[in-house]
Amino acid sequence: MSTYLVFALKRFLQFLAVVFTGVSASFFIAHLSPISPVETIIGRVSGQSAFSPEAVESLRQTLTELFGLNVPLHEQYFNFLRRFLVGDLGPSLLAFPTPAMKLVGLALPWTVGLLTLSTILTWLVGNILGGLAGYYQNSRLLKAFGIVAIGVQPIPYYIVAFLMVIIFGFLWPVLPVSGGFAMNVRPSWSPEFVGSILLHGILPAASLVIVGLGTWFLGMRALVSNIVTEDYVTYAELAGVRRERIVSSYVIRNAMVPQLTALAMSLGGIFSGTIITEQVFSYPGLGTLLVRAVNAGDSAVVLAVSCVAVIAVATAILLIDLIHPLLDPRIRVE
Amino acid sequence: MSVTTDILTVDRLRAYYQMNYFGIEREVRAVEDVTMRVKANEVYGIAGESSSGKTSLIKVLAAAIRPPLRVLEGSVTYRFNGNPLDITRAAEEEIEAVRWRHLSYIMQGSMSVLNPVRRIGRIFEDFAFRPMGLKRDAFRAAVEAHLARLHLEPGVMNSYPHELSGGMRQRVTIALATVCRPEFIIADEPTTALDVVVQKDVLAMIREVQQALGSSVVFVTHDMAVHASIADRLAIVYAGRIVEEAPTRTIFTAARHPYTRHLVASLPRIGDTSPKPSLEGRPPSLAEPPPGCRFHPRCPIAIERCRKEVPILEEWPGEHRVACFRAHEAIPAGEILHLKRGSLQ
Amino acid sequence: MFSVFRDLIRYNMEFAVGVVLVGAIVLFSLLSFISPVDPTAIYTTIPDMPPSAEYWFGTNSRGQDLFWHLTFAFRNTLFFGLSVALLSRVISIAVGLAAGYLGGWTDRVLMFVNDIFVALPTFPILVLFYFVLRSDLDMFKLALIMACFGWPYDARLIRSVALGLKHREFTRHAVFAGMSPVKIMFEEHLPYVMPIVFATAMANMIWSIGLEVTLAVLGFTNINIPTVGTALYWANNHSAMVVGVWWWIVIPVVLIVLTFLGLFLLAVSMNEYIDPRSRLRRMGA
Repeated sequence: MSTYLVFALKRFLQFLAVVFTGVSASFFIAHLSPISPVETIIGRVSGQSAFSPEAVESLRQTLTELFGLNVPLHEQYFNFLRRFLVGDLGPSLLAFPTPAMKLVGLALPWTVGLLTLSTILTWLVGNILGGLAGYYQNSRLLKAFGIVAIGVQPIPYYIVAFLMVIIFGFLWPVLPVSGGFAMNVRPSWSPEFVGSILLHGILPAASLVIVGLGTWFLGMRALVSNIVTEDYVTYAELAGVRRERIVSSYVIRNAMVPQLTALAMSLGGIFSGTIITEQVFSYPGLGTLLVRAVNAGDSAVVLAVSCVAVIAVATAILLIDLIHPLLDPRIRVE
Repeated sequence: MSVTTDILTVDRLRAYYQMNYFGIEREVRAVEDVTMRVKANEVYGIAGESSSGKTSLIKVLAAAIRPPLRVLEGSVTYRFNGNPLDITRAAEEEIEAVRWRHLSYIMQGSMSVLNPVRRIGRIFEDFAFRPMGLKRDAFRAAVEAHLARLHLEPGVMNSYPHELSGGMRQRVTIALATVCRPEFIIADEPTTALDVVVQKDVLAMIREVQQALGSSVVFVTHDMAVHASIADRLAIVYAGRIVEEAPTRTIFTAARHPYTRHLVASLPRIGDTSPKPSLEGRPPSLAEPPPGCRFHPRCPIAIERCRKEVPILEEWPGEHRVACFRAHEAIPAGEILHLKRGSLQ
Repeated sequence: MFSVFRDLIRYNMEFAVGVVLVGAIVLFSLLSFISPVDPTAIYTTIPDMPPSAEYWFGTNSRGQDLFWHLTFAFRNTLFFGLSVALLSRVISIAVGLAAGYLGGWTDRVLMFVNDIFVALPTFPILVLFYFVLRSDLDMFKLALIMACFGWPYDARLIRSVALGLKHREFTRHAVFAGMSPVKIMFEEHLPYVMPIVFATAMANMIWSIGLEVTLAVLGFTNINIPTVGTALYWANNHSAMVVGVWWWIVIPVVLIVLTFLGLFLLAVSMNEYIDPRSRLRRMGA
């Protein structure tokens, strides 16, 4: 077990490195900005009513201090890191003075829910179908699925989501194409509300599944058609081991190992895809928040979304890495 | 010996690989007109160079006939508990019913034949639980007893393949193939990848298990020294055909076929410092085998007839069969082993 | 090289279809050089005309002839994808070969950096760049930024091949002959990884074009440069689907999907060419 602890510790250090790099990079990119958040607020406030120049000047000073912009960049950076550790990334401009992190916190469960559900579904179904297609290479149904997968696989998230909106929003309007739940339902644990959430989740989840399914299917099929030529599969077949047992425990089980690595490696891309999809469906997650924040010039929220995205993806990768040894006994003695 | 003690009868077997490369038919004549018998409780060795068709032959014997390999002619009949079963014609269920219980297989390469993500105990369950038909506890006890016979701790049941040493893995695969006490075991180069000390150990173990179970073993390797130490009878395969078959002692002391004599002479012996002869040329392509005797292009004593006619496997006294037109002549070793005189090429 | 190409076309359906699709799109984009209209000018024709003999792809609500407008859009988009692919290939080849051949600490450090880049979500970071640079974010800068995110996966692949090459006989000969590591990497090893470089370049183009389209549709690039993404941006902006100008959206979407499909088929068939096991299976051996 101690080898596992060493392994887990190594992965955790890597997780910290990823988070530190990603968050720092986000900070420095954000602070290259030629747009001052202070001036944006002043512009907005003074647009609404007339202020004396003295009042504007004192507002400017207060805001500069509030955003911590009155010190050199490296001090701002250290302040940022210190505040980041306690989860404070300053007030939002979009909904001043609500903390940016609070807005992110409201959006995050939607994204995490959508992402987790669709990714697990896609990964399992894609791998199982792909595994069967690789093993039963003469099945017409699975062959046809393979051709469809090749056709769908290269289409990016945005286009698929967009097509879904066109189909279900204009051509055959049966499913809601916008929002996370119906406007007329009060958020609670009532069946209507949960039902509304599920209904609104169908299209975003479906478009994520459509994009991802082909990738896993094709990858798994290729892997399996190599694994079936491995000696341990031939041997089990020669020994008359039950077919279902061979497919599940010998073929698919072995192919899952590289597929899990592939999942960890593509999670950043899947996350990007999820927030892109959310935006198309105005789903109340990070993607929609990010786009609204960019359009409003809300640097605090944009930065907060980037940082939380980095942490979310790194955490998910860490979790996958930690369960990896359960799937591949060889890692434990590495 | 009466026919009933034969556990395997192979009659005029012909098995080819038939492939189709973008519309071009290709045929590899891997097994050509093979007739052989394996008796109960004996170790039958099959020797031959790589790509001599011996692997294809045992694939057929092990009922692992998959496209592109196809049986064109002949029969492979096993006789388990007195019931004949021709595996070239039997239904898949009939073959499934004898697999592992009666007919088992030790595959080449001990690392790659064990599923790397499965514990040894689970692999035993997958392979042997159904054929043995025991309750779970009794099954576990039987497996552990069998492992002990092969000097393996019961603890290996909880190990993954990569956690065992090479020698232990080889013993595990032997245990796996023999745990159902099969009457017939096919062993495909089980010692090839092992170092000499482990090799000896494994050979002794196969022999031990074979004697304890009273099974028949078909043992395939290119290594004549291994055959010398394990086989009761030996068949020499060249380019898809059996060229000579005899009790092992006869093969090593009184072989008649020039190819066999060559193989035997190339073995090192203690105190022998003479240079070892090597056979000129390469084994023929099975896609386009030479006409007549397939050995004639490399044979130092080939005559005109060898180019045109195929020599049949003739019975000799003492369970000895030879396929050579010049087998009756007394040809000195020097002529066969040194100069390629009289070559027709 | 040519015979490989010929064999692939003849025996590999995927490759043949991919070549046809990509070839057609490239030809289409090359038509932009003989275009009679300026792609940035608006209201040069009657707006909202459906596809007809005169306007093959119709005209949009901004009074642009979609056929000629899209030739420019595809030229820019393809050029963008190609630039990202080229730039990121340079990084992935350098990192992959160095990590694989030099090994040791170089390998460990490079792979550590590599793992960090793999774990970063690209899209929010690209949005952050747009947020900061706004209209300063031109195609070239965007290509440069995306190249910085598009190399790690492929560098890992190249590294694994380079690891194998390191222990081959010819590498030892080169070392004994006194070749410098740089010379060995780029003269001896590079040719072996070129097939991977080509195959991953296709996949990389799919990725970068997909992201460019996404950013552009959201209005997060310079919307005045005609690309496939900005074409869709303007279509959305004018609610093309709602007002019934469906061709403004459907035609670019179909064309870009065909482009992706073509690139993907090329990548798949090249991968198959690289992996001899799958090639053998195809031949029935």
